[in-house]
Amino acid sequence: MTSEATPNAFSELTYFKPVYLFLLFVLGLTGFGQMPIFKRYYIADIPGLGWLADFYATHYIHYIGAIVIFGFFVYAAVIYWGLMRRRFQLTGAAYIRIAILALITITGIFRVLKNLPDVVFSPLFTMVIDISHLAFMMFLMIFGILFMVLKKGWLVEK
Amino acid sequence: MSKQISRRSFLKGSLVAACATCASQVPLPASAKSKSGQELATLIDIRKCIGCEACVEACREVNDFKYPEPEKPFPKMYPNRVKVADWSDEEGREVRDRLTPYNWLTIQWATVEVDGEETEVSFPRRCMHCQNPPCADLCPWGAARKLENGITVIHSDICLGGKKCQVVCPWDIPQRQTGVGIYLDILPSLAGNGVMYKCDRCYNRIAEGEMPACIEECPEDVQIIGPRDEIVREAHRLVEEEGVYIYGETENGGTNTLYVSPVPYETLNEAISKGPGQPSFDQVEDQMAHADNLAKAMLIAPLAGLAAAVGRVYKASKKLGDNTGEAS
Repeated sequence: MTSEATPNAFSELTYFKPVYLFLLFVLGLTGFGQMPIFKRYYIADIPGLGWLADFYATHYIHYIGAIVIFGFFVYAAVIYWGLMRRRFQLTGAAYIRIAILALITITGIFRVLKNLPDVVFSPLFTMVIDISHLAFMMFLMIFGILFMVLKKGWLVEK
Repeated sequence: MSKQISRRSFLKGSLVAACATCASQVPLPASAKSKSGQELATLIDIRKCIGCEACVEACREVNDFKYPEPEKPFPKMYPNRVKVADWSDEEGREVRDRLTPYNWLTIQWATVEVDGEETEVSFPRRCMHCQNPPCADLCPWGAARKLENGITVIHSDICLGGKKCQVVCPWDIPQRQTGVGIYLDILPSLAGNGVMYKCDRCYNRIAEGEMPACIEECPEDVQIIGPRDEIVREAHRLVEEEGVYIYGETENGGTNTLYVSPVPYETLNEAISKGPGQPSFDQVEDQMAHADNLAKAMLIAPLAGLAAAVGRVYKASKKLGDNTGEAS
């Protein structure tokens, strides 16, 4: 998470961004790994990346990444609400990011529920959550690049 | 099949998908009825099968309208490591000794010793219809899906033929046909490679109150179908009274296809031909068990984040209070 203010009072302003980007990278990589593309396009042939063609491995790592990012989201939200909001406020770009992240999270939760034994969703609903989870991630990437170019961070000093 | 028709077919398919859910709610005959939405399972008694292939022929006849009619020539695939899977010529369509896009049920043979006598046994093999099917769980598009009555189907208008379902299936059941499906309308050379096909346990017939064709046409009553708990109870009765062995009750976390055999499945497994389109009788652990356990951890993660954050905020507030106190 970036700040448009000088990060001096909160250590979170230093490490939130790399942690968030790392988690997004892992989730994005393993999420795209759910499609049969890494073997087809020789990426899994690169030494050390063979696991990208193992659908079960990428699935487990995706779940582990989701567990960590769930904890991270709650931690970040409480830190902002409890500590930072007196000095900072969220930017418009932050609200857009949060909305997309919420949609990814909600569709992701439904996907996890779908994979549990004894949970059966209708075929149409299953297809909608499967495709929208991917689509929202694409939106996040597009908006992420756009905000990076426009230099729109998450926080602005009050 | 023109591109326009394919798109229309896709929309139609979505409606069919919605209808399939409703269809799974349609009242079934007593023989195939599921109590309170319980899954239907089949029990295949290997001792009764004579290998006549009546089930194979019945399956092919009633499901013929679902079989692929690919467009040729096939799109050139990039990169060229992506191989065409084509069973659509006359010879391919006639294959019966393995699973193919045109043969969703095959008969396996094994020579084993039963009660001290060398005996040739045969048995139908098809999709096991897992209770928690990895093919449906891990399909990126929702093309493979499990219905409430325990049937797993692959929707041919949505499937891109990436073969992931076959890779994650412990029995390598789904089979690919190139040159058919929605991938032709998207990026035919770069993504997808046809459609995956497998037994759908005649879900459309069940929805109309009919029996799956393989069960209806079997002259030896090799298979029975019913609510899963009744099928499991019947399999256990056969174990107790007749000393048979069960397969499918716990494999991959439980399937809706149970076998009973006069010999252990390790013996049967060693005696059958294995290879592409020829499922094994391996002992299969629950492929989704690890994911199910991790799903539980997802409930704890936000609480852990909350606890850590509250601690941090409390500490920071206390520090701020101390500093204010010192300053005053």
